[in-house]
Amino acid sequence: MLKIGRFKETLVEGIIKTSGIASIFVVTLIFFFLLKEGVFLFKTVHLHDFLLGRSWYPISDPPEFGILPLIYGTLLVTAGAAVLAVPLGIGAAIYIAEVAPPKLKEILKSGIELLAAIPSVVLGFIGIVTIVPWARQFFHIPTGLTAFSGSVILAFMAMPTIVSIAEDSLHSVPKSYKEGAYALGATRWQTIYRVVIPACSSGMLAAVMLGIGRVVGETMAVMMVTGNSASLARGIFSPARTLTATIAAEMGETVQGSDHYFALFSIGIVLFLITFAINMTADFMIHRKRK
Amino acid sequence: MVTPSPDCNDLKDRFASANQSGDGVKIEIQNLTASFSNHGALDNVNLSIVSNEILSVIGPANSGKTTLLRTLNRLNDLTQSFQMTGRVLLDGRDIYKEYDPVILRRKVGVIFALPMPLPMTVFENIVYGLRRQGVNDRKKLSRIAEKALTDAYLWDEVKDRLEEEAPKLSGGQQQRLCIARTLALNPDVILFDEPCSGLDPISTAKIEEAMMKLKSQYTIVLVTNNTKQAARVGDRTAFFLMGKLIEVGETAKLFTAPTDSRTEGYISGRFG
Amino acid sequence: MKFPPPLAQKIAFFVLFVMTLFVVLPVLFVMFLIVKNGIGAISWEFLTAMPKQGMRAGGILPAIVGTFYLVAGAILFALPLGLFAAIYLSEYSQDTWLNRAIRLAIINIAGVPSVVFGLFGFALFVSFFKFGASILSGSLTLGIMILPVIITSSREAIDAVPGAFREVSLSLGATKLQTIRHAVLPHALPGILTGTILGIGRAAGETAPILFTVAAFYLPRLPQSIFDQAMALPYHLYVLSTQVPNVDVKIRYGTAFVLLVIVLLMNLIAITIRSHFRSKKKW
Repeated sequence: MLKIGRFKETLVEGIIKTSGIASIFVVTLIFFFLLKEGVFLFKTVHLHDFLLGRSWYPISDPPEFGILPLIYGTLLVTAGAAVLAVPLGIGAAIYIAEVAPPKLKEILKSGIELLAAIPSVVLGFIGIVTIVPWARQFFHIPTGLTAFSGSVILAFMAMPTIVSIAEDSLHSVPKSYKEGAYALGATRWQTIYRVVIPACSSGMLAAVMLGIGRVVGETMAVMMVTGNSASLARGIFSPARTLTATIAAEMGETVQGSDHYFALFSIGIVLFLITFAINMTADFMIHRKRK
Repeated sequence: MVTPSPDCNDLKDRFASANQSGDGVKIEIQNLTASFSNHGALDNVNLSIVSNEILSVIGPANSGKTTLLRTLNRLNDLTQSFQMTGRVLLDGRDIYKEYDPVILRRKVGVIFALPMPLPMTVFENIVYGLRRQGVNDRKKLSRIAEKALTDAYLWDEVKDRLEEEAPKLSGGQQQRLCIARTLALNPDVILFDEPCSGLDPISTAKIEEAMMKLKSQYTIVLVTNNTKQAARVGDRTAFFLMGKLIEVGETAKLFTAPTDSRTEGYISGRFG
Repeated sequence: MKFPPPLAQKIAFFVLFVMTLFVVLPVLFVMFLIVKNGIGAISWEFLTAMPKQGMRAGGILPAIVGTFYLVAGAILFALPLGLFAAIYLSEYSQDTWLNRAIRLAIINIAGVPSVVFGLFGFALFVSFFKFGASILSGSLTLGIMILPVIITSSREAIDAVPGAFREVSLSLGATKLQTIRHAVLPHALPGILTGTILGIGRAAGETAPILFTVAAFYLPRLPQSIFDQAMALPYHLYVLSTQVPNVDVKIRYGTAFVLLVIVLLMNLIAITIRSHFRSKKKW
């Protein structure tokens, strides 16, 4: 009986180990496949022209695969979103973690979770029916499909990340720090901004970075409201196009194996590397704080 | 100075002969040296544990007592950095070579320092080990559970609470539940790792009473920080210091006339 | 300008409160907008009929069914794999540089943009394995996307089970696998469930990964097999809002409403499980 039990046990453990290693393998496959498809572009296009070329005309003859306007679009939209989301998100995190009474705190936290749960396509749709027409009227511009509209929507997508991670890092500040400050006669607010916030500044920075990482990778909402003009955007109130939106919008129309197809994978590699760098740094900062 | 319990003296002859002839030796520890990530824990320990005795193991913190205990049922295997040399024989067979750890742990049970019931009912705690052996006959399980709880002096207190969650019991009851849980497996040896460190005097007394009773059927090793407890329940006592076995002998003798000055220093409270 | 400390505190707290309102109130506004305009569109026909007249009339049944298939497929693939991976990482693998690297890899994969998963799914499933644009390709892509979510939350739940439970179980003569099955997993289950349901919610709402792996623009029939293309709710909403002119706004809001209800329901279930077991936690 024991022998049979042991055989079954060995079998199940084998399955566990195989699946474990397989899922990790699958995850590493992602980079491999992006690379596999993406490198072909550089047979015909120079890396320098790809990264710094000022024109993205993938279906012209001859095509041009300069992603600078797309990088610029991503930067523009991301910067706009960060200007909105960082102060509001950090402020809200401080309020929720340090100021709000327990009941209100629970309500506010559910509100943030709710925001995090809304699918990006729904926020994009809401952007189309609200911010886009408002922006057009308010700023007297020909179209509301602008980088600005994208920034506003993306700000709301970044906020849950910023708030929840900043809140975690605020909670990780040892209670004794606060008690020490109170014992010296500091008010709650003095304690917060002179003791608590400096003590978790690297966690806050990680929160901001992960929020930005979220914005850079966001696709649907931004594609729906920014107007998708592939030329260098003239400013925050003109149409722009991001790296992600380019992939989403053009992938369906490419011929598999064409330079255009490979170029979209190259953009995927760029995105992968950007988000990878952001996440690594943020993870490093979170864990440095823990020690 | 502590007065050893009288029945230690009654058994004196039996242990003396057992040690000399090797007859009745349950566990034989030979040249055991153990370490965790190059940090030494046990240094060349030689020790015999006799059937149906209570061997108390005393010594200050970090003297290797608990490591010794966890070596006896191979719980140290779970720690990655654990390394050992030497042999431990149970009934003459090397537990690291000739036993499957799962089978070994059914023969050598352990009671931990803190009562640690699993978060399930009292009954399910008792029969946990049996169920893992494939015993599922409710009648049989109930019979074994009642016997184990009775032997652990807990039956009267929990006979109407078998379906309650075990963590709801008091600390002392939980610890006796852990004893009963081990008894249900009908082991040969029971290891107690400072079993009363978190308990009040009354609960402690109950557990000591249970131990005294259990030694007629089981071989017991009791690691304790409490020298008085060692003197109260141990037939023999072993004193450890910094991973070395300094002295082992009948409890009465060790506490009244230790041969090593370090033993005397420890039991008289000069350090430790 | 220097305020006395108590006044400074009052001002600061008020400003923080207003900032928080700026974050939370728009959420309520979005909910209100979608519920107010969307609920009117909901009817038996809307939920159970095929779209008609180029999606300008009729229902959204194929999109609902498509989303259901995609999510079910993703979970079927990702839950066992992710759970086993979490068990492997927590209980079997030793603390080496390789495992720390794996942990980092999983964290980072979780941050990869969803559209990049779409690219990957296209390259691997649609083209390399030749599954074509199909429910199979889409499910696997979504499954891989939520794999890190499931691994991370399962691992956290497993690691949160006290080590003493494992020692107790082993010391009672249970094997390692029995210990995992009877002393660890039952107590990690709420956390695993929470992570899985959040994963479902995420998979149901994502659009970018299914754009090129499964999504059909307009397919007024139900999918016949896993090798069929399918419509999906989030993609349908995208199509209705940007690709099809002159769609009654009610249909758009109705679609958004149905999608939102599904996603929020999943989150609600996850939150309920979590808070229920947190209050009942026994150790």
